[in-house]
Amino acid sequence: MFKSIVKKITGNQLFIPIMALILLAVINLIVDPGFFKVSLGKNNAGNPVLSGYLITILDYGSELAILAIGMTLVTAASGGQDISVGATIAIAGSAMLRVLCGTNSRPDAIQAPIIVAFLVACLVGMLCGAFNGALVSFFKIQPMIATLILFTAGRSIAAWINNNELPIVPDPKFSYFGGFIPGVPIPTTVFIVLICIVVMALVLKFTNLGLYTQAVGINEKSARLNGINPTLIKFIAFVILGLCVAVAALIKVSRLSTINYSVIAKDIEMDAILAVALGGNALSGGKFNMWASVLGAYVIQFLTTTLYKFNVQSDALAAYKAVVVILLVFFSAPKVREGLGSAVKKLTPKRAGKGEA
Amino acid sequence: MDNNSLLKMRAIDKTFPGVRALQKVDFTLNKGEIHALMGENGAGKSTLIKVLTGVYPKDGGAIILDGKSVNIHSPQDAQKLGISTVYQEITLCPNLTVAENMYVSRGKGPLTNWKKMNADADRLLKKLDIPARATQQLGNCSIAVQQMVAIARAVDMDCKVLILDEPTSSLDEQEVEKLFGLMRDLKALGVGIIFVTHFLDQVYEVCDKITVLRDGQLVGEYEIRDLPRVKLVAKMLGKEMDDLSDIKGEQEGYHAEDAGSRVFEAEQLCSVSGIKPFNFYINKGEVNGFTGLLGSGRSECVRAIFGADRVTGGKVRVNGRQVKIHSPRDAMKNGIAYLPEDRKIDGIIGDLSVRDNIILALQVMKGFFKPFSKAQANQFADEYIKKLSIKTASADTPIKSLSGGNQQKVILARWLLMHPEYLILDEPTRGIDVGTKVDIQKLVLELASEGMSVTFISSETDEMLRTCSRLVVMRDRKVVGELSGEDLTQTKIMSTIAGGE
Repeated sequence: MFKSIVKKITGNQLFIPIMALILLAVINLIVDPGFFKVSLGKNNAGNPVLSGYLITILDYGSELAILAIGMTLVTAASGGQDISVGATIAIAGSAMLRVLCGTNSRPDAIQAPIIVAFLVACLVGMLCGAFNGALVSFFKIQPMIATLILFTAGRSIAAWINNNELPIVPDPKFSYFGGFIPGVPIPTTVFIVLICIVVMALVLKFTNLGLYTQAVGINEKSARLNGINPTLIKFIAFVILGLCVAVAALIKVSRLSTINYSVIAKDIEMDAILAVALGGNALSGGKFNMWASVLGAYVIQFLTTTLYKFNVQSDALAAYKAVVVILLVFFSAPKVREGLGSAVKKLTPKRAGKGEA
Repeated sequence: MDNNSLLKMRAIDKTFPGVRALQKVDFTLNKGEIHALMGENGAGKSTLIKVLTGVYPKDGGAIILDGKSVNIHSPQDAQKLGISTVYQEITLCPNLTVAENMYVSRGKGPLTNWKKMNADADRLLKKLDIPARATQQLGNCSIAVQQMVAIARAVDMDCKVLILDEPTSSLDEQEVEKLFGLMRDLKALGVGIIFVTHFLDQVYEVCDKITVLRDGQLVGEYEIRDLPRVKLVAKMLGKEMDDLSDIKGEQEGYHAEDAGSRVFEAEQLCSVSGIKPFNFYINKGEVNGFTGLLGSGRSECVRAIFGADRVTGGKVRVNGRQVKIHSPRDAMKNGIAYLPEDRKIDGIIGDLSVRDNIILALQVMKGFFKPFSKAQANQFADEYIKKLSIKTASADTPIKSLSGGNQQKVILARWLLMHPEYLILDEPTRGIDVGTKVDIQKLVLELASEGMSVTFISSETDEMLRTCSRLVVMRDRKVVGELSGEDLTQTKIMSTIAGGE
């Protein structure tokens, strides 16, 4: 009985991200219980806002969580990853600014409704996704190589869209998306993530996207013989990721009301891939658990925030994340898991025996 | 007798989640002996082999080689001890050359003398009469040749114990003969050979002893002359079979009903696979088949019908109406189902559950925006698990952890669930035990009697004779004849295949 329960828990895909979350929480609790303090204060404009490290994590983990949704699908369907998401955020964000500000980089008022700008960004994001998707699905180029093109060229394209100027959005309403809506103390990004999750959950429930994607990722030939079009499924996965990119770009640009082409969403692709891996999804494709990836995204943000709190230089963050990657890879290796499994067995010999009988 | 023994396995235990694969199994192999390991699917043959070769760690028991107790933790350990294996499914690397495959991971030092390696490989291939060149990419060879390369690799390793796990299931008769010659040579040299197969004829042709397993337990070890076929089958199935007469006695309940109406008709159909354009038709409730030697184009024909290979020409009519079939999806929409030859590559979706594997085809037909409810999917899965008696821990078990025969039944369930008008079965009984074979044959006839049209392909001619009422004979990628009625005999088929006057 006991053994089977332990096995069920350790075998669950959510086990690793949840354990990592608990571990981080416990470390913080020991070092400084104040970490978990959430207080209601007022910001500069006099609106009520919640503040505290937990709120920071929820807020700043949003872009990553949204990207993790799309990255999970791309990983599952194609067995590869999209490394261009950071650069395409720059492109989508730049397009958004171009629509909002027009040709003048310091306009007095926005030139188009925000919703139009956002829709244009969605279109641009999906076009970038379609470009990557076409290379991968129709031309059978390895995802990492195919997306290397936009990874390299993306930030230049983004700069070109606005003639290398840095437009500033004059309307304070635009900053609500990456900040707070007046009167609502919870960061808007949390709501955006919730909307994305609900939409994705509905899509997974009311379509066969999940089944088809997994089938294609596990055995493409067999999927085709069952009437699935693997090319189309892979293409769709990349387009959906493009949409996620556009939403992430909205948040990123809104936070600053402007853009910095070479810095915006830098290295976010690696964090998004790490989130998928941390969620226990195989990077070689196949079966996936979307929510584990989302959880993985927040674990990464938890780690980042914790490190900032300990005054780790931002340059050194990468090294700490590398340690996490090493641990992650180590603990998800089949050999280690097997070893852990038998260790649990040895620890509970009597009860395990009873359980079997 | 004991002093002659080469390998002794005693009280071997192995448990997988939900299944006790082996329980206290004993196995003894003598020097210069060909020993058949028999049993139904899931009896534990493959597991026993994998324990012996270090693929799976054993949970209990002892392995004694040459009088010394040995621990085998990995296939490398087994190789060092002189235990070589040729597996049922080809485990070589298709994108390396033949020679590289033969010598991979066997180098003594860090350097490889490519020239010598290729020369050695060519010499061995020639000696064994294998039609392949050392520098050829393995993936370009036929499955049969790949299999023989695997055997050549094992032979070249000076093994004491050679394990052949279903080596003949993808070989045609001449190739099998060649393999048997090789096995007898090795036997004369004192090599102990463990031969796992489903072909009874082959066992009686080449083996000295038989060990029978059933449900993970040892049934017994027998001298070949003490165990007539009927008894062997009975031992494997664990009952004195009444159905045994059915295995031999041909006649089954035949289809009745409205014959004549053409369900499917193809005219000058050809595909990228290189088959010559062929004509073909099937009537309602008919069972017919494509026969011919390996590589004669039987599978390619049905793949063209299903749209699995890109069709390059020809006309197709379904129920008299002309249709275009460009992809498997088109074929499925026209009520055609296809169970592919290679279930590992084309059939199963390994990591998905048995349930998802069963509902997949029907789900695809139903549409992207209309997923089955969980309850509905479970109901389908349970229905067919019961109907085809699929042995699985639950519907949630990943299909890859099932035994070969049960995987095949799941794929069959997938297509039956679609209720096709026309079902194509390409080698449905390959690598499957006698009991399940008969089940599948009976099922085919039953389906036909209910009005389904079935095309059945098998390497075993007697199986084809038992099920099919019309055979299309192929040679060198060309249809060379069609046999029905009184012409359906072994000799007539052979002579048509051979093309003798």
